[in-house]
Amino acid sequence: MVCRRRLSFRRYSTYRAATLAGIFTNCVFGVIICFTYMAVWRQNPTAGGYDVTDALTYVWLGQAMLMTVAMWSGGATDDLAARIRSGDVALDLHRPVSLLGWYLACDLGRACYHLLTRGVAPTIVGSLLFDLRYPQDALTGLVFALSVTLAVTVSFGVRMLVSASAFWLVDDTGVKQLAAVCAFFFSGMTVPLVLFPGWTGEVASLLPWASYLQVPADVWLGKRTGLDLIGALGFQALWTAILLWACSAVLRLANRKVVVQGG
Amino acid sequence: MAAGHSPLPEHGELTVPIIEVKGVRRDFLVRRKAGRMRRTASVVTAVRDLDFGVESGEMVGYIGPNGAGKSTTIKMLTGILVPSAGQLSVAGLTPYVQRTTLARKIGVVFGQRTTLWWDLPLRDTFDLLRRIYRVPDSRFRANLATFTELLDLGPLLDTPVRQLSLGQRMRGDLAAALLHDPEVVYLDEPTIGLDVVSKANLRNFLRQTNRERGTTVLLTTHDLDDIEQLCSRVMVIDSGRLVYDGGLAGLHQLGDARRTLVVDLVEPAAALDLPGAQTLRVEGPRQWLSFPADASAAPLIAALAERHAVADLSIREPDIEAVITSIYTSAKLPKPPE
Amino acid sequence: MASGISAAGWNLRTYLLLARMWIRVSMTYRASFVTLTVGQFFITGLDFIGIAILFSNVDALAGFSFSEVAFLYGGSALCLGLADLVLGNIEKLGTRIRMGTFDAMLVRPVSVFVQMCADEFALRRLGRIAQAAGVFVWSVVALDIDWTASRVAMVPYLVGTGTVIFLALFTIGAAVQFWTAESSELSNAFTYGGSTLAQFPLSIYPREAVKALTFVVPLGFVNWYPSLYILDRPDPFGFPAVLQFAGAIAAALLSLLAAVVWRRGTRHYQSTGS
Repeated sequence: MVCRRRLSFRRYSTYRAATLAGIFTNCVFGVIICFTYMAVWRQNPTAGGYDVTDALTYVWLGQAMLMTVAMWSGGATDDLAARIRSGDVALDLHRPVSLLGWYLACDLGRACYHLLTRGVAPTIVGSLLFDLRYPQDALTGLVFALSVTLAVTVSFGVRMLVSASAFWLVDDTGVKQLAAVCAFFFSGMTVPLVLFPGWTGEVASLLPWASYLQVPADVWLGKRTGLDLIGALGFQALWTAILLWACSAVLRLANRKVVVQGG
Repeated sequence: MAAGHSPLPEHGELTVPIIEVKGVRRDFLVRRKAGRMRRTASVVTAVRDLDFGVESGEMVGYIGPNGAGKSTTIKMLTGILVPSAGQLSVAGLTPYVQRTTLARKIGVVFGQRTTLWWDLPLRDTFDLLRRIYRVPDSRFRANLATFTELLDLGPLLDTPVRQLSLGQRMRGDLAAALLHDPEVVYLDEPTIGLDVVSKANLRNFLRQTNRERGTTVLLTTHDLDDIEQLCSRVMVIDSGRLVYDGGLAGLHQLGDARRTLVVDLVEPAAALDLPGAQTLRVEGPRQWLSFPADASAAPLIAALAERHAVADLSIREPDIEAVITSIYTSAKLPKPPE
Repeated sequence: MASGISAAGWNLRTYLLLARMWIRVSMTYRASFVTLTVGQFFITGLDFIGIAILFSNVDALAGFSFSEVAFLYGGSALCLGLADLVLGNIEKLGTRIRMGTFDAMLVRPVSVFVQMCADEFALRRLGRIAQAAGVFVWSVVALDIDWTASRVAMVPYLVGTGTVIFLALFTIGAAVQFWTAESSELSNAFTYGGSTLAQFPLSIYPREAVKALTFVVPLGFVNWYPSLYILDRPDPFGFPAVLQFAGAIAAALLSLLAAVVWRRGTRHYQSTGS
């Protein structure tokens, strides 16, 4: 059960034509949403504390994070669901910590690939078509990279819990759908969280999904400075810890169930 | 249509073969990576100079090594593929031109993949097929009853296809393919993955169907027992060419076949060295001697009895497996020019 | 001519036969079906909630009020939903070809187009349709439209031509997979992208882009042009008013293109194999 990052990297790189098509889709949606936001910010130039350049940059960051964070679904955790259904997982369960670690490593490799292809490519297109904002200094860039990594780990935690539902549910399509929808909406992909009216915005920014896009985007755009910057990373790290702890607890529960039922 | 069609034509009747293949050729364009960036395209001929006819009611075996062109031929006969050259005619129709019209008259069983709908119970599948193929009610009920009995489908009728085992699914596929009384049935590896009992039942079913309904059967298979038990005629395809078309008996003469003399000596001896024979194996007093299939065994036995005390002996005929293998690997047959 | 009509009748009957079969299958898992349909309702509804959130920050978008944008959204989502219901799974063609299950369709006495359209017919898509219709009706009630006879007639016209345009786009997007055997990602950009596009007034786009959306990829005819007529708004770009009635022509031309591309595609498949 050896998985190195490089191995999972190559596995995803074979789907080259599909990746190109995906990049095209990213660009199409990116352009459409950009024009929509331009109309919004023309009406209200400081909506949500953003200016129009912030908003346009946010769109392309969103497209980049979409696959990186596997917002719809996908990633290494799908393998887990498949193994649960086939029963192969019984062997893996004896070491819940290293099982988590293994899948996490795989997922980070996949995220790396997606970031470099589906992430970077549409952003380049976006930067050619629109005026975007870039990080002020190298430190911000570095913190952004960290923030993206933590976004992947938080997302991994959520997806892991969803996949683990396969231990108890015969048909997990409902759970997966719900998870995908929550991810899409509460990450700020539909509409930036900063635009959410009143207390809904505050609540949304406390949920784990805020780590997927809103937090890294705010880092990139320089909206978080000084102590606030550290707070952003801390928020993501806290959710990572909570979710990974929940995962290992669930896996231990599942282990007991598997042992009792004989696999 | 009444109960099936007329079986094999009477002697002296002039008939048009139900399957006619003339000069058929099929090329494929294969793209390969040559180095990092470039790709080469080359033309691969899967099937060439294919000429044969199948009479209505015949049961023909169609065998050959993997990649010889069997699937390609079936695909062209069913209208899935268009030939690159030549003419095809099945039941008087051109497959790729009159695909849907022809589809009513044929049935296909793909061994590896099912044609059934995954989520439907067999009963519902058959009902759906009844309506798609416009099978008259009475005919449908009669066929369903027959197939259910012969293929033992009774307990399976209400199970979704998804939950059937390979053998059960195969039986379902077979019934589905014959439900509408097709004139021609193509069976692509129908016994693959089945146990011995299931295979025997399937073969009985096919024999009976062919006999009672006069259904023409083209059977591709790697299981040569299927051929021996079902087909009076076999076509062998190799590297896209038809290298043999005739009865089973003639097949033996084609290959570099050898017969085996198994002799039990009174006392164990060293490997025998007899003219015209090769000693294959020695196990105690028993020895296996191989000699050409077209030679008589008599002189060999006489020479043997002269030199050694023989307790018992028997002669093994070349099995079709060995014959076919030798055809596949034979240097005797002229290789098609590249 | 007569055989053409009977062939069309046969195809329609077979489509309904297959669709009914799939509906029956989904009904055997009734609880799951209800959950999925309700789920669809809310999931697709999130798009509209997004629009509502935008309007909590602004009063109008390119001069269009919230209920007017809701009208555009409802029309677009309704057309997409109907098209998705009728033949949504046709876009799985590439997957079927790669898995080798397309050949089983060629062996049946039914048009492969019909088989692909009916493939795994999903009644649960009514969830999206119900949601879109809900928003559409609400917006009509909220708007103060001067309902002349022609405006009333324009509503089914909008839904009809818009749906046909999406049907054609889905078909073309699927037919392309005869050549590429890829997934539907590319066609999604046009169908789902197109629907997202049509949720907002096209006046947010540059003039040249709207020209392209009129004469190249006729997404403008899905709901924008008919909506201008119903909402009694002058064309923001000053394009001729006759465009507001030309949806049927666009739908017809696109359908013709779809039929040609599909036919070519099946021929290509039979000529090259998989």
